[in-house]
Amino acid sequence: MNSGGVGKRLTIAPYTLWMSVFVVVPIALVIYYAFTDGHGRLTLENMKSIADYGKTFFMSIKLALFSTAICLLAAYPVAYGISRFEARRQQTTIMLVMLPMWMNFLIRTYAWMTILEGNGLINRLVRAFGGEGFSIINTNGAVVLGMVYNFLPYMILPIYTVLTKIDKSTIEAAQDLGANKASIFRRVLLPMSVPGIISGITMVFVPAVSTFVISKLLGGGKTFLIGDIIENYFLGNTGSVDYNIGAALSLVLMALILISTTVMNHFDKDMGEGGGGIVG
Amino acid sequence: MTSNHLISLKDISVSLGGEQILSNLNLYINDKEFITLLGPSGCGKTTTLRIIGGFLEPDKGDVMFGDKRVNGVPPHKRRVNTIFQRYALFPHLNVFENIAFGLRIRKLPEQEIRQTVEEMLGLVNLAGFEKRNVNSLSGGQQQRVAIARALAVKPKVLLLDEPLGALDLKLRRDMQVELKNIQQSLEITFIYVTHDQEEALSMSDTVVVMDGGIIQQIGTPLDIYNEPQNAFVADFIGESNIIDGIMVKDLCAEFAGCRFKCLDKGFAKGEPVDVVIRPEDVDVVPVEKSMLSGVVTSVTFKGVHFEIIVDVNGFKWMVQTTDFEEVGSVIGLYIEPDAIHTMKKSAYSGLYGDYSSFSDEIDLLSDVSYEEESVSDE
Repeated sequence: MNSGGVGKRLTIAPYTLWMSVFVVVPIALVIYYAFTDGHGRLTLENMKSIADYGKTFFMSIKLALFSTAICLLAAYPVAYGISRFEARRQQTTIMLVMLPMWMNFLIRTYAWMTILEGNGLINRLVRAFGGEGFSIINTNGAVVLGMVYNFLPYMILPIYTVLTKIDKSTIEAAQDLGANKASIFRRVLLPMSVPGIISGITMVFVPAVSTFVISKLLGGGKTFLIGDIIENYFLGNTGSVDYNIGAALSLVLMALILISTTVMNHFDKDMGEGGGGIVG
Repeated sequence: MTSNHLISLKDISVSLGGEQILSNLNLYINDKEFITLLGPSGCGKTTTLRIIGGFLEPDKGDVMFGDKRVNGVPPHKRRVNTIFQRYALFPHLNVFENIAFGLRIRKLPEQEIRQTVEEMLGLVNLAGFEKRNVNSLSGGQQQRVAIARALAVKPKVLLLDEPLGALDLKLRRDMQVELKNIQQSLEITFIYVTHDQEEALSMSDTVVVMDGGIIQQIGTPLDIYNEPQNAFVADFIGESNIIDGIMVKDLCAEFAGCRFKCLDKGFAKGEPVDVVIRPEDVDVVPVEKSMLSGVVTSVTFKGVHFEIIVDVNGFKWMVQTTDFEEVGSVIGLYIEPDAIHTMKKSAYSGLYGDYSSFSDEIDLLSDVSYEEESVSDE
């Protein structure tokens, strides 16, 4: 082994240490708790009890999918628009897209609470114009809104990145071969931006399916997501503390996320290998 | 008046970002012609091509396809196709689908698409490559796919923007021959852009030499080489010694302090001219039999011949000879009447043609700056 190898190992040592202490150990603990009972005896009871939360899992996935779809539909035109700007304007706009992310996630979600609540900004405006107030907060809609707002930049950025990487002459070549704007989009831009769309979907779906802050603040306890349940088992806000069931639920959620990202990555790779005719 | 030109550019002017790229350009292109736009980077050749392709609208002037004015017609509605400088293949499609792209847009039946693609693959010698990923192909193969893709839609005119620029020398030579064969067998018009004069001379029916957004000369390769119209063309195409001279009378020119018999006439008596003599047309003879004599200042072996620089009274001549001459030796030069070509004075007079600052290194440097410019061009 040469000295360069040793140097390289040394530079990644702090990260390796960090990862083992804060990722590997916690995961091991989660697995331990998930398969033991309160007295440290091996059991499958925790796993069995997960069946009771089927509905919550379903709801979490449904809302996460819904927000991911809205993010995709909203982000693609924005990303496309930005990628057509001249270089300097692109930088400024991308900075504006990222600007909210520089502020604490919790504060931004609280801000939405004051906007959406019964006496919040929207309702006051509506009443000022003689309308009748209506309830927005504490609905599934409000939770989806919160997710879309918080995770939209994670969808815009990767799509924007792949779109800027598309060589202008590729578009010109399509034009040259007879493609009008719609065909260029369908046959060139869209298929070529699939890698960005995939990573955008992953980056939005994963935090959305596991969130608990957004559903707590904007769902007001009415929309209970799997993240909320796990939080409750660990902190005991509404019931008894039970690390074991909490850990089992976390494990299942992790497995779920792992499966979905693997499927996504696989799809991405298929596209990258030039599997022709997918759109043709 | 109906024109029998396939494409006519009339009085085209273009400026981009405040810079005049083309000024009052007139160009007429015949059916089935192989026409090359030749010039240094920034001369407006690519701009001219983009105007024909519909990617750029001229500020002024008419673009005519036959008798139809096509200004404002978008690229996808013009029956011309382009081979782009960097191939511009679709990375998400395999070789077959790349070539089929234009056919699918035209919604042709699958059977016909399959047949055309196979035919095109055969034409560019890529049979069996259907399923290959375009990113795994070599530069030459990618170029072939680009050619097949453009030809698949059966264009009347193919526009080629420095298509061989990224290939190595040997491959480039092979592709030149192949392109010429394709053009002749399909009987379509090729409009070819290059800054490589050798490429232009060996492939074209007609060469259009451009500089500074202006056409300097249009002619057959032979005309362009043997009868350059000004010092720019003489210098850009091949090597040339360009000397200040005077046309004493018809068939007699005076330069380098001597009078020479030549074949040119039609100038005013005593009119100042630029005289072009190609290095391969200068014969090395014993001093006593010579018209001019000078000292050899450098010798470079070029394979087929030696390239020697001879200092004749301060003007450095380039001479190509198969005999080795010692540096420092005095040699005589002899020039046949038909080797002398005289040109009217132009804005380019005095800028080119003396080899006093010549070295291979400088040549190399200027090549590099071409490349860089052509990249920043886009």
